[in-house]
Amino acid sequence: MTEQGRVALVLVSHSRALAEGAAELAGQMAPDVLLIAAGGMDDGGIGTSYDAVEAALATATADGGSAVVLTDLGSAVLTAESVLELADPGVVERVRLADAPFVEGAVAAAVTANGGADLDTVLASAQAAGGLFAGSAAAPQETLADGAVRATVTVRNPLGLHARPAAVLARMLAGYEAKVQVDGANGASVLALMKLGATQGHELVVVAEGPQAADAVTAFVEAVEGGFGEI
Amino acid sequence: MTLDVAWAIEWVRLSAQTVTEHRTELIELDRQIGDGDHGENLFRGFTAVVAKLDALEERPADIGDVLKLVATTLMSTVGGAAGPLYGTAYLRAAKATGVPELDSHGVVALLEGALEGIVARGKAHTGEKTMVDAWAPAVEAAVAAADSGATPGAVLDAAAQAAALGAEATVELVATKGRASYLGERSLHHMDPGARSTELILRAAAQAAE
Repeated sequence: MTEQGRVALVLVSHSRALAEGAAELAGQMAPDVLLIAAGGMDDGGIGTSYDAVEAALATATADGGSAVVLTDLGSAVLTAESVLELADPGVVERVRLADAPFVEGAVAAAVTANGGADLDTVLASAQAAGGLFAGSAAAPQETLADGAVRATVTVRNPLGLHARPAAVLARMLAGYEAKVQVDGANGASVLALMKLGATQGHELVVVAEGPQAADAVTAFVEAVEGGFGEI
Repeated sequence: MTLDVAWAIEWVRLSAQTVTEHRTELIELDRQIGDGDHGENLFRGFTAVVAKLDALEERPADIGDVLKLVATTLMSTVGGAAGPLYGTAYLRAAKATGVPELDSHGVVALLEGALEGIVARGKAHTGEKTMVDAWAPAVEAAVAAADSGATPGAVLDAAAQAAALGAEATVELVATKGRASYLGERSLHHMDPGARSTELILRAAAQAAE
């Protein structure tokens, strides 16, 4: 991997143990990614340290590298933003602050970065991580009388089910041994999905029948919740 | 009448003094609806600022130089949200005051810069039970005072009084921003610690002008 394409992660937490733990966890799945923990105050207490975050960003962006910053609670975001406000604009343009769950986002971003993805793809991966987890909890499946599996999911990405998401969904659903209908349309058809004209905020009803019905519905809900990398 | 660099330095010293005196009160306010570190954090931050001022070999040329020193020191030494929030406030205030002396409208520019920094960093609006609920009325009162021809000291006095009323009014607000927002309705009947510290710091600014 060239230095230019390297995307590092900076993990900013109020707790040193939490930041180091998240780095350890993510590192297990992404051995080639530079993961820098910036947790706790300089004396090891709870809080976020401006100096620690500044130093971590300097290391992460050295030699032209870029970085995605993951934060835990509010003031970690504020500290990271403050560091960026005073940083060199040339460095700032190679840094993205992720609006993502700390641990899930770190793991997802690290795995994506390990595959050599660019900065915005790593960012999107971190930000989609929340939807993957919240989606499965927030939209429980129900099994209908005839054995079909049903769930609802709200479209989250701003552009809705345009061509690319429709293609992603259709290709994915085709891989399951299940007949899937989305708002009554054939889920394996790109055109049928696009014709739904589902925009952001639209609630989709997905119903599947067949041996892998539950898995197909779960995958569909997670993909829609994930926002197709657009959020 | 104008305020000079000596005023800015005195403001910093009086700020350190007042947050030291009210350290326990701020800790207690923050313990009720937050994480209980506000008093300790501001005490540590302003103590560090005074130490840096004392170590300076030359007196800063501009008021903005003093405020920038406060900004960077608070950002480095205050662990909670107050560090970046006050840090950005002083930083934007510094950008508005790159001059050796301030008249009444200069004081308004300083306060407007501070409020703008806090809003930019914290993304809070009035009514959300945050320090903005003290800063916003303070700036409003400062503008009115300056427009009616008040001296810089009287502008700061008007700002401090309005900040005190604003802080008092946070008691009956439900927090919708910051750590206290996790408490929802349970944040009622408690004063926001950031609004209270804002009041103390603006009072110190007015006292330094006396």
